[in-house]
Amino acid sequence: MLPGMGDDTCAITLKVNGSTLRLQVAPWTTLLDLLRERLGLTGSKKGCDHGQCGACTVLVDGVRINSCLSLAVMRDGASVTTIEGLAEGDALHPLQQAFIENDAFQCGYCTPGQICSAVGLLAEGHARSDDQIRELMSGNLCRCGAYPNIVAAIGQAMRPRRDA
Amino acid sequence: MNRFGYTRASDVGEAVHAAANGDAAQFIAGGTNLVDLMKERIAAPSRLIDITRLPLRAVKSLPDGGLEIGALVSNSEVASHPEVVSRYPLLSQAILAGASPQLRNMASTGGNLLQRTRCYYFYDAALPCNKRAPGSGCPARDGVNRIHAILGASEHCIAVHPSDMCVALAALAATVHVTGPAGARAIEFAEFHRLPGDAPERDTTLQPGELVTAVALPREGFAAHSTYLKVRDRHSYAFALVSVAVGLRMVDGTIGEARLALGGVAHKPWRDPTAEALLRGQKPDDALFAAVGEHLVRDARGCGHNDFKIALVRRAVVRALQQAVAGGPRA
Ligand SMILES: Cc1cc2nc3c(=O)[nH]c(=O)nc-3n(C[C@H](O)[C@H](O)[C@H](O)COP(=O)(O)OP(=O)(O)OC[C@H]3O[C@@H](n4cnc5c(N)ncnc54)[C@H](O)[C@@H]3O)c2cc1C
Ligand code: FES
Ligand code: FES
Repeated sequence: MLPGMGDDTCAITLKVNGSTLRLQVAPWTTLLDLLRERLGLTGSKKGCDHGQCGACTVLVDGVRINSCLSLAVMRDGASVTTIEGLAEGDALHPLQQAFIENDAFQCGYCTPGQICSAVGLLAEGHARSDDQIRELMSGNLCRCGAYPNIVAAIGQAMRPRRDA
Repeated sequence: MNRFGYTRASDVGEAVHAAANGDAAQFIAGGTNLVDLMKERIAAPSRLIDITRLPLRAVKSLPDGGLEIGALVSNSEVASHPEVVSRYPLLSQAILAGASPQLRNMASTGGNLLQRTRCYYFYDAALPCNKRAPGSGCPARDGVNRIHAILGASEHCIAVHPSDMCVALAALAATVHVTGPAGARAIEFAEFHRLPGDAPERDTTLQPGELVTAVALPREGFAAHSTYLKVRDRHSYAFALVSVAVGLRMVDGTIGEARLALGGVAHKPWRDPTAEALLRGQKPDDALFAAVGEHLVRDARGCGHNDFKIALVRRAVVRALQQAVAGGPRA
């Protein structure tokens, strides 16, 4: 058992977009609520809060997950990347750039989750075709129906790797 | 969500001990089902025992030629593990047919076995449900029951087990390894989940405080002739209405051994050895496959909205058997 854990709040360390933070969290705080409400990182969205839409997708140790179904206390020691942490200074992440170039959003609500999910998809390396992109992005819903351009954006971001 | 205590277990003994000491303590792994149920106030544990730091993340070959998958190996890791892909493609396909990549990254092997039904009435704390509140009644029977059971249901409950992975594990005749206050034991997959009978609040034969530590696959993975066919309302990211897992061992054009399990039709993955026996020693043939489909639904009963599942099983069984003979899906 971990020392120093009371029943009310627990001390955890989390690396968020490169900064190491020491935090006291109640065990019922989800990672999404921690990011949005405590850390002011409102890029990750709460679409459904039940794992059904993907708007809350973030990367934990490089792996895409639904932050709404993840308890922050269980991520003690992990490294979290949100949409706010993808750009390098003024240089957008290639996927952010591809989303802009392909007009891959309308209202933009689902976009942070789509982009984080796509970063995870590229790291997983299983997608080869547009059909596979569609299947492996099915955890991210877009109420505006920007799907064709989302697939195009991800395809574009994938291509240089393929040719490399 | 209710307020609860939190314990992070560092070994199996500590986890089991913590579970035995708290009346309403519950293990948590990926959290994809439990956190959701807690938000809906369907589950309200007094304490969560975080098992994610336990050393149950290995996939290892067994001396008998089988493969053991630790309870904390994620659904994604299992689906893309080279040994699983090459020797048990049925399991890989079934997992990839479920949930979404993000959810599969979180979901654990043990948690997948213990996920609860998606019955609308179970999920609505304002309504009666024998599974959630024993004795309160089953509104699904005369209610909206499109996703409900056609086989093995009872007057008390017509919920179905929602897992895809478990349908493949049933067909593969896996074994579930558990450790509890009374020690370790192994449970045959067919005995792990139960039919509702008059105790629908119990999904499995797991005893209080027992922790799933691993799932073991036998040597035969039916790799050359297997398929997972999932029929659902949309092409991806939806639970099965009906699914069929098939594994065949073909010997000179004849079916040497057959395994078949159905998902989406019962309170547990539905495996019927008498249907498998009809296939054994036979040459693959559509009339035979249709007879097997017919045999599987001989005792099926619909509740109204789900009547369509009976015809769907008949047809899906034929399609899945054709696919398995041809070597896999979309052949
Ligand atoms: C939107 C959505 C869509 C989904 N679609 C599908 C689908 O199409 N097909 C499908 O099959 N599944 C689907 N799922 C369900 C998903 O597969 C399960 O939620 C997941 O497998 C559960 O694993 P977990 O590790 O997250 O479990 P948790 O949520 O951590 O736990 C679930 C239960 O198992 C218990 N538990 C966990 N580990 C152990 C252990 N080692 N020993 C004893 N008890 C344990 C917990 O106490 C809890 O009761 C979906 C889920 C969501 C949210
Ligand atoms: S907010 Fe997490 S999946 Fe919808
Ligand atoms: S751009 Fe509006 S929801 Fe996707």
